[in-house]
Amino acid sequence: MRKKVFGRPEGLKDAPFRFCPGCGHSILHRIVAECVDKLDIRGRSIAIGPVGCAVYAYDYFNFDVIEIPHGRPPAAATGMKRARPESIVISYQGDGDLAAIGMGEIVHAANRGENITVFFVNNGIYGMTGGQMAPTTICGQKTTTTPGGRSVAEAGYPMKMAELLSTLEGSAYIARTAIDSPKNTIATRRLFEKALRYQMEGKGFSLVEVLSPCPTDWKMTPEESLKWIENDMQKIFPLGVFKDKFAGAAANA
Amino acid sequence: MKNPEKILSRGNEALAQAAIDAGCRFYAAYPITPQNEIPEYMARCMPRAGGVFLQAESELAAINMVYGAAATGVRAMTTSSSPGISLMQEAISYMAGAELPAVIANVQRGGPGLGNISGSQADYFQAVKGGGHGDYRLLVYAPYSVQEIRDLTMRAFDKADEYRNPVMILADGILGQMMEPVSMTPYARPDLPPKKWALTGCEGRQPNVIKSLYMGDGELEMRNALLQEKYRRMAANEAMSDSYLTEDAGIVIVAFGIAARIARSAVDALRAEGLKAGLFRPVTLFPFPGKELSALSGEAGKKFLVFELNAGQMVEDVRLSVGGKAPVLFHGRPGGAIVSPEELTEKIKELFS
Repeated sequence: MRKKVFGRPEGLKDAPFRFCPGCGHSILHRIVAECVDKLDIRGRSIAIGPVGCAVYAYDYFNFDVIEIPHGRPPAAATGMKRARPESIVISYQGDGDLAAIGMGEIVHAANRGENITVFFVNNGIYGMTGGQMAPTTICGQKTTTTPGGRSVAEAGYPMKMAELLSTLEGSAYIARTAIDSPKNTIATRRLFEKALRYQMEGKGFSLVEVLSPCPTDWKMTPEESLKWIENDMQKIFPLGVFKDKFAGAAANA
Repeated sequence: MKNPEKILSRGNEALAQAAIDAGCRFYAAYPITPQNEIPEYMARCMPRAGGVFLQAESELAAINMVYGAAATGVRAMTTSSSPGISLMQEAISYMAGAELPAVIANVQRGGPGLGNISGSQADYFQAVKGGGHGDYRLLVYAPYSVQEIRDLTMRAFDKADEYRNPVMILADGILGQMMEPVSMTPYARPDLPPKKWALTGCEGRQPNVIKSLYMGDGELEMRNALLQEKYRRMAANEAMSDSYLTEDAGIVIVAFGIAARIARSAVDALRAEGLKAGLFRPVTLFPFPGKELSALSGEAGKKFLVFELNAGQMVEDVRLSVGGKAPVLFHGRPGGAIVSPEELTEKIKELFS
């Protein structure tokens, strides 16, 4: 008898991803859907499609989805979660959305300890608009608006969101991961699941930052992109759990 | 039937209580004068009603919290004053595009810029002509008494749900601050269709999507056609106006909101002197009650004086409605200046002479 060992998660619609070759979004969408399936929360989840490459979330996630103005997903997520506490609210945001235009909203939502989960995709560049500098572009990195490489004198330093948000008393769980290797990708799924579990258990604000490749705008092959994450991005954005208010609690070991 | 209880209430507090009575269970706002009594009242009373009060970190956050809450099907409201309402325009456009119902009250203050905290009507264009980007309309109610603040706020929630569209209450600093007796008319919920579009989780149904992005060839144009059809329905069915002694009037003042209140006193003063003045008051600003005004302007010998606490905004809609059939004059003072009934009375006497 044949047994199905791999298939599309129920949390994903039967639609081909339109992301560029080598883009991390398709992997991350799949991981979100797998976690939603595993935790059996598809029927009560609401995901946010932010302005940016992930705006088409409603074409892929097989559960309720809303599109939110640029940078404001944490505010809208706050509204949804407070209005319907029984819902699982998943805010999926890019670096321009979360760390530039939406800096105010993410900081305040985290500091209020909103019981929501944020998946923060850090690819260090504005993908949708064609490769401009992001708040997380690393020093020296070339983009269409930093043609000579990001200079500290002109543009300051890359924004370290996981570190910043972990300093807030309101945040419960803050981690950074990457999808540059099978090992890290598997770890990413574990962290996503944990962040969602925290929301289900009412533990408060959880955010997982993911270093994710954008070969098209980095002007690299997919393989070079993964090496760039490993050798260059991780120097600036180290991986790890930056905060876990409930570390050591048996249920989450 | 027993008469409803009468209480003495400030405009801002009457607005807050009317929202709660109409079933509003989510309210988010950022402090700004002259509407602070609304969030303060909501902070005290909304939790008791089983609803959510949230002090947002900005008007951007407040309107997006409302956007999120409204998407789950809850009756939601935010309030602010002119500069704060300017900050909300992007999300209001999104809500119009995504067809989400919500109530937004603008207790106007003087502008432009930080302006001042006096009452003003300088946000007429912003409220009526779009405000944010794209072709969209809000239903706009302009109360002129604390009683009307109550009645129109309750109506605003019903109409928002009926049309799946944001609705604006355009008040001002004077109305917000003044105290008057209010008859606490009970809220009577009309028959409204269930919110099948709401994001409540897809258990037992197909997933719902709320969005305003339409990238496919011709999709956005079709979307706009549907929205325009809705706005035409609003225009056909929702215009409200009030006429006071207009039948035999030689001069009809056209004014909305607090200006109409001032004008009404001027009409009474002029009538006491034997001068035949009247008042035409749009209660909805979109849709503008143009048909009613047009009918009035067809009557021989009438002159119109548009009176606004701004530099002349509604006067454009009045001229469009009158269509050259009668003279349309304007008197107004911008910048939060208050016009007394006496000043207006003198102005009108000049027109009679």
